[in-house]
Formats: sequence, C-alpha cells, structure tokens
Amino acid sequence: MRLFVSEGAPGTLPVLAAAGRAQGRAELLISTVGPEEHVVPFLTRPKVPVLQLDSGNYLFSTSAICRYFFLLSGWEQDDLTNQWLEWEATELQPALSAALYYLVVQGKKGEDVLGPVRRALTHIDHSLSRRSCPFLAGETESLADIVLWGALYPLLQDPAYLPEELGALHSWFQTLSSQEPCQRAAETVLKQQGILALRPYLQKQPQPSLLEGRAVSNEPEEEELVTLSEEEIAMAVTTWEKGLGSLPPLRPKQNPVLPVAGERNVLITSALPYVNNVPHLGNIIGCVLSADVFARYSRLRQWNTLYVCGTDEYGTATETKAMEEGLTPQEICDKYHVIHADIYRWFNISFDIFGRTTTPQQTEITQDIFQRLWNRGFVLQDTVEQLRCERCARFLADRFVEGVCPFCGYEEARGDQCDKCGKLINAIELKKPQCKVCRSCPVVKSSRHLFLDLPKLEDQLEEWLGKTLPGSDWTPNARFIIRSWLRDGLKPRCITRDLKWGTPVPLEGYEDKVFYVWFDATFGYLSITANYTDQWERWWKNPEQVNLYQFMAKDNVPFHGLVFPCSALGAEDNYTLVSHLIATEYLNYEDGKFSKSRGVGVFGDMAQDTGIPADIWRFYLLYIRPEGQDSAFSWTDMLLKNNSELLNNLGNFINRAGMFVSKFFGGSVPKMVLTSDDQRLLAHVTLELQHYHQLLEKVRIRDALRSILTISRHGNQYIQVNEPWKRIKGSEADRQRAGTVTGLAVNIAALLSIMLQPYMPTVSSTISAQLQLPPLACSVLPTDFLCTLPAGHHIGTVSPLFQKLENDQIESLRQRFGGGQMEESLALKAKVFPKPAAVETVTTAGPQQIQELMDEVTKQGNIVRELKAQKADKNQVAAEVAKLLDLKKQLALAEGKPLETPKSKKKK
Amino acid sequence: MAAAELALLEKSLGLSKGNKYSAQGERQIPVLQTNNGPSLTGLTTIAAHLVKQANKEYLLGSTAEEKAIVQQWLEYRVTRVDGNSNKDDIRILLKDLNSYLEDKVYLTGYNFTLADILLYYGLHRFIILEKFTQGC
Repeated sequence: MRLFVSEGAPGTLPVLAAAGRAQGRAELLISTVGPEEHVVPFLTRPKVPVLQLDSGNYLFSTSAICRYFFLLSGWEQDDLTNQWLEWEATELQPALSAALYYLVVQGKKGEDVLGPVRRALTHIDHSLSRRSCPFLAGETESLADIVLWGALYPLLQDPAYLPEELGALHSWFQTLSSQEPCQRAAETVLKQQGILALRPYLQKQPQPSLLEGRAVSNEPEEEELVTLSEEEIAMAVTTWEKGLGSLPPLRPKQNPVLPVAGERNVLITSALPYVNNVPHLGNIIGCVLSADVFARYSRLRQWNTLYVCGTDEYGTATETKAMEEGLTPQEICDKYHVIHADIYRWFNISFDIFGRTTTPQQTEITQDIFQRLWNRGFVLQDTVEQLRCERCARFLADRFVEGVCPFCGYEEARGDQCDKCGKLINAIELKKPQCKVCRSCPVVKSSRHLFLDLPKLEDQLEEWLGKTLPGSDWTPNARFIIRSWLRDGLKPRCITRDLKWGTPVPLEGYEDKVFYVWFDATFGYLSITANYTDQWERWWKNPEQVNLYQFMAKDNVPFHGLVFPCSALGAEDNYTLVSHLIATEYLNYEDGKFSKSRGVGVFGDMAQDTGIPADIWRFYLLYIRPEGQDSAFSWTDMLLKNNSELLNNLGNFINRAGMFVSKFFGGSVPKMVLTSDDQRLLAHVTLELQHYHQLLEKVRIRDALRSILTISRHGNQYIQVNEPWKRIKGSEADRQRAGTVTGLAVNIAALLSIMLQPYMPTVSSTISAQLQLPPLACSVLPTDFLCTLPAGHHIGTVSPLFQKLENDQIESLRQRFGGGQMEESLALKAKVFPKPAAVETVTTAGPQQIQELMDEVTKQGNIVRELKAQKADKNQVAAEVAKLLDLKKQLALAEGKPLETPKSKKKK
Repeated sequence: MAAAELALLEKSLGLSKGNKYSAQGERQIPVLQTNNGPSLTGLTTIAAHLVKQANKEYLLGSTAEEKAIVQQWLEYRVTRVDGNSNKDDIRILLKDLNSYLEDKVYLTGYNFTLADILLYYGLHRFIILEKFTQGC
C-alpha cells in the first residue's frame, strides 16, 4: 500500500503516528506530493493524506486511514471510539481548522485563536476527568487518542494554547506527546519549525467554512439529565426537611465594612470608567455589572464584602474634552461623574462606594507609592525630545500636533500617525509642525521624564505570579495576556507627562509635570476606599486576610495584572494584590461595534429611555456576557430571550406556583407528602443549585444564570405532568397530591427568587414580597435546597412578573439605535456648544450617506494616487487633492466627528 | 430529523422496541440513552450500535479494508453531505460520488453496508431537490 502525504498537511501527523500499528503486516511506501495534486481520481478537490490500498481502493479520510492501521493490528471497533471519531470529524475539525487558519495564515494570536476551539478542548478535558481514565476510550491508548492527539498537536504544542486549567487534557496530551511513534510523527511533520511548518499547506487551502459568516452563538449547550443515586436523593430529602432552622443567623450589617480575621473577606473592584465618556452596554457588562453580580452573590453567601468603583478623571483626554466644551477639567469631571453615577444607579449597581480619582487621598497614596519606589531605586530618569508650543507654554501631546508627514508628504498628518500613508510617526519628525490650539510652530525641547523600571521588578512579579496563578480563578484570557507580555520581556515605562491635570510629581525638577494616568489610575481603588473609610489599609495592606477580585474587559489586563502588581511589590508595603483577575471579551452591537461617533449602539443613559426595565437589561446582558468569547447584543435575540426564558419559562412557573396557593388553598401553603418522584425532583433541584454555586464561586456568571432557568424548566415540567388544577377537583388522595405539588412548586419559586437576586435584584424582591419570604430566607442563599415555606405559611398577592416585548416595539428601537440617533446628538452638540459654522451646514446624514461619502473618499484617493504615480502636472494633482480633502471634511462632519480633533485614539 | 432516520433504520434492521432519542445543540445531534452504560451521541455512532444490537455486524464490513471504507463513507455522510447547502458544493459532491460509483454496485464494491443506507438517507433530500429544479 502507498501513503501520499504533503509538506505541512496536518492530517499526516495522526496517520504517521498510527502507521506503526500496521508494521510487519503490510508494506508501506510513502510518497510526498504537492498540496494541490489530485491523488484520488474520483475527488474533484485535492485531498491528502491518502492511502492507496493494494486492491486499488483509496482511503482519503485521515481517521479511516488510522482506523485501518489499527484494524490490521487486530484491534476491534467499539462504540466509544466511534463516538470520539465522529465528534472529531464533525465538531473538533471545523473549530480546529478555523483556529489554525487564524494562527498560521492570518497571524492572529491569543483568544482569537483559542476562542473557536475552547469549547472542544473543555469537552475533552471534562470527559477525561469525569471518567477518570488516562485515555479517551479506556485504560490503554487507542485509536481515538491517536486521531485526536494528531489533530490537536499543531496547536497544543505551543503551551500558550494549552489552557492550564484543563488539567486532565494537559496530562493526556503530555503522555501521548512523549511516546515514541507520536514524537517521530511530530518531528517528521513539523521539522522543529513548530506551527509554521504547516504554512505552505494551509495557505493553499480554502478558508475554513466556520469563518464564513460565522455568527456569534449565544445559545447554551443542551442540559444533560444526570442519574441520581439513592443516597443523593435521601440526603437531599433530609436537608430539605430541616428547613430554615439549618441556616446560620443573619450577620448584622457593618458600616463601614471591614475585614474580619478568620472570615472570608472579599474585596471587589470594577475597572474605573474613564470620566468623559458615557459608557455603552459593552462597558457596563464588561466590568461594573459583572462585578455587581459577584458582589451580590458574595453578600448572599454572608461573606464580608466590599465593592469599590469610581470614575477615572485625570489625563489628556479630560483636558481635551474640557477645551472642546469650554469648561475647566474640574467642571468636566464634576459633570460627567454625575452622569456615570446616575447610569449605574439606574442599573441597580450595589457599590459600597462610587468615588473619583481627583481627591487628596489619591495624591497622598500615589505620591507615597512613588516615593517608596524612588527610594528603592525602581524609578529611572531619562530625557525625551518633545514638541513644545512656546505661545501656549506647554509641551504638546501627540494629539495636539499636526504637520507634514515625513514619509508621504501628506499635509495634515497627526502627531502619532499619518492618515494618508498609515505610517506611525514620532511627533518630532513631523515637517512644519503646528500646535493645533494656536497654530504656531512648536519647537523641539528635551524634557526629563521618569520611568518605572519594570525589568528590575520582573523577578518579583514572576515569583508572585507563580504563587498566585495556580488554583486561582484568573480567566484564561488574562493568563494569556500576562504570559505573552512576560514572554516578550518587560521594558521601562514612562510614568510622567507634561500636563497640568493629574497627580503632581513630588520630586525636584518635576514641578510642572504630573503622573501618567496609567501609573496612578489603579491606585484609584485604594484612594476611593480611603474616601470610604479611614481604615482603608485594613483592606489594601492585608493580603493574608483579603481576597481581591478585579473585574475588567481584557484591554485592561496589563495594568491590573502587571503594572499595578509591579508598583505594589516594589513599594514593599505589604499591599493586597489581585487574587482573581476576571476579564471579559468584547460585546459587539448587532453586527458591528458600538460607536459613539457614528451613533451606533445603546449607551447607558439611553437604556432608560427605552421603557424596558433595568432588570431586563441586566438579564439579557448577563445572558450574553462575553465570557470566554466575544458575543453580540441583538435586539431580536433580546426579544426572544425575554419572551421565552423570562416570560414563558421563569415568570410563568413562579406565577403559576403562587396562583395555585392563592386560588386552591386560600393563600396558605398546603401540606406536602413527598412521593419518590417528588424526592427525585428535590434532588435534581439541589444538584442544580450546587452547580450554580460551583459556577459562581469560579465567577462563571453567564453559565450560572443557566442553572436558574434549568430549575424553573424542571418546575414547569413538574406542574405540567402532575396537573394540580385537575387533581384539586378529584378525590381526597388527588387533592392531597395537588397540595404536595403546589407546596413543592412554591418552595422552588422561593429558592429561585434568591438565586435570581444577583442578576435581577428588583424582580427578586418582588417575588420575595409576593411569597412573603421570611427575612432570613431573603438574605442568605443556602448551598442546599431547603423548605423555606412550610405548610401553613401565608403568601401575599401574586401578580405577573414580566411583560411581553412586541416585535414592532423592538423594531422601532432597533431603528432608533442603529445609527439613527446621530442626528439627535449632532443637533445637541450644535445647540449646547456653539461651534464653528461648519457644523450648522450639516443637514442630516444617515448611515447610507456616510457609506456613500466613504466610497467617494476611496475613489478620489485612488485618483490622486494614480496621478501622482504618473507624475502628472502639479496643478492638476493639487486640484484633485483639494477635492479629496473636501470630501474627507464632509465625511468627518457626517460622522459627527469634530474637525479639530483627529480620530479618537485608543483608550489608555 | 436524525431521530426519524434512526427509527427507520431500527425498523429495517428488524429491531422491535423503538428507542427514544433526544437532540443536542444547534445541529440537533441525536443522543441515545442506552440501558446499560452511558449515552451515545452522533448519528453514525448510534447507527453502528444499532447494527450490532441487531446482530448484523456484516453491515459494518467484513474485512479490515471494508470496515475502514464503511467508516470513511459514514464520516463523509456527516461531514460533507449534512449541512452542505451550497449549490456548487452539492454539485461537486454528486459528481464525485457518481464517478466513484461508476464501476461499483455498492460503496464497498459488491456488499451492501450501513454506509449505503446512511448515504442514501442523506442524499435523498438533494436528489428530490435536483429533480424538482430540473422540472422547472
């Protein structure tokens, strides 16, 4: 038989690793062919590896070739192996080819690559650990192991793509990789070049289908019903019968909340939103809302909890905004801090304090940490050449300079990048630089700056990470980002700026400078806590007793996982460092990104104008929380989830349970005589509740929400099957049965109301009030399902919890937020902040006009480029350039971008 | 969909008691809860299991070569035939199969196997569609 392979074809790996099995049974010739060679006569598209059998038949499936080698060695087929191979072909391969395509062909990294395969990797890990077998189909290595190992090897041989938390997958992979046939196959295929060896082959392949129009799926995986043992059921029943008596007494509320020795002390921070932007839904779910769910959960567990957040107020962006709006930086901060606070209040965020970074405490703490770093030699001084405007008497930040591009000669290049040729520019290299404020020519002056010596702190950081990371709940993306920063090596980072709006630098010669925001923004958590209590050090200088959870979107990971820890370690003052860094991916809006300037997406202040209650927003945002991968906000999906999950599932169940008590039993919970079916349900609910706890303890907020919905689904089924509304009219035994079913159902409703509290606090308290839950049951969430509403308990008035969202209502909202409100915001700008006449000439521009303008700009750009390439007459070129610039201006106006400021820069 | 197909298969294998199937995920992958042991997931996995249950192992192939070929075409069914709705892809697929079968009676040559059954089911919808479009 003859095996056809091709350089870099990934399928060659498992085939070669399995070929050893057939040794001595048949002669195997190996031929190498080009990636596009047609080996199999009847297949239109080229395919390798291929095994041509002596009979003339072809095996063109990688798994079938491996299977054939195993069959030759006398191995027998079994269900479990078949199942793994079918899964490999239908689930793993599509995901894996997408990941490899991103990595090898498109050069992407990190979560972009890991994202598509994460679910598959987790599936393997769970299967291995659940069966507690070292191999996929049993105690010995077999076909399934070789096929999956071969598929995964190109990706997982880079440790960056083998998530640490998947321990079982880890050891399975290492075991196989160390075996001789596998090792040899890997050497033959990857040739010590790692993943790049696959490039010549993958480049020639069509783009994997998973990439084409890949929709971000918000669908949960199906729930598997587990089988329960008799012991589990008996235990659930015993615990249930104990009722509220088994709960610990309620802890009195402290003010201020302070850590207590011997207790679990949880300090929670949410990334500080930058003051001069109104947060959009993505910002809200990314940190503030996620942290709120965990804080509420933590309080329900009776853990000592403090939740801190506030606005980040210093920096260039604030100064710019102040100039734009004709206010002082302080006035801007005051104005926007209130906007932020109002939004979060509306979303029912349970901060213990929502503070600000422009306080004396911030100055004191920042200067203290700096002084300690300085004294210990962790700060360097260096001279930096910068542009200074003598007329404005200040150094110019990149965004305040404009000039001629040194590369392409474009007239309006920005201080950091040229819009025309796209090259990065160092501001001092600009020809004919101009200060954007006064239009005079700045001069190059050298300015002394301070640098945090990160390389010197790297060892301490590594040591701390080595102690902290294993066993912690850092999200995989955060681990990945930190690891890649460390792999690239840390460099000294400038921590000062020639600005006025910031924390002053307490060092001689630096009187006219302030700290760079990224250095002191993270100290904001400390100073805000100091504004909350003068005993703030009991939280922040207490690493032994305090568990610090920090929530953020992934772009903020380096500042929290690296820069802050380095500063704090270098300061040697026993600071509390992050134990669990929880970073989300990004939330998109419909099919694109949120964009303030284009008026696309829902922003915090607009959510309240939609007429949809805050709890519904919370529910939907948490349901699609970008946990592990990006997700998308969709109006249609929101309608669907509200009407199906909230209205039909959760709301329907709780309402029915309550209504039966009121209607059939005069509002008094009936006597319950549990049958074995009831006991089984009880055990299922207990199990799901425990699952909920496990997930939330690991801060898997989105997944835990599914547990709530699962329980109410169980409840609905239970009512449906037992039909209490019929039995209540039947015999004595039937009536007793109706009573038991109603009693158990209303107790499940009571449990749901508390499980719901972190997610939908208002709905939760409505249910508690309707069912008249005892105060203890409202404030503590037990780990087991208890009977909290015993027979004889009187409930209150029951009414529906949710409202249906209608199609036309959602459609009109979609239109309003899909770019339409830009006109509104433009008008607002023109009205409130009188601007140059240019703004008034704008009539209305819809997304369509913007698109048309964009196309025209592209077209005109091409004309200019062609003329230049042909070395056409200068006047002709100039005329076309003028047209181009005019078009660009129109576009900028239509997009609602002020002309003076260039495109918004990346966030800190 | 898959459950109906498996029910048909049960019937043609002469299995008396009808199994209950659930469906998993957005692709509605069939799941069979077996009496003794864990559940089985996936169309071809369950189909092979049913064949063994009916003591008709010959439908999975008799020699190592036949067994591998049967599994290859079962995989082809779930990866290439299912979920392929692009017209060009379907055309290529039918053309490839036609040229493969030119000198064969069944997929393995001369023996009827599970691969023929499942590929037939899978192609059914295309063939109907093809006739339909040609008629127009």
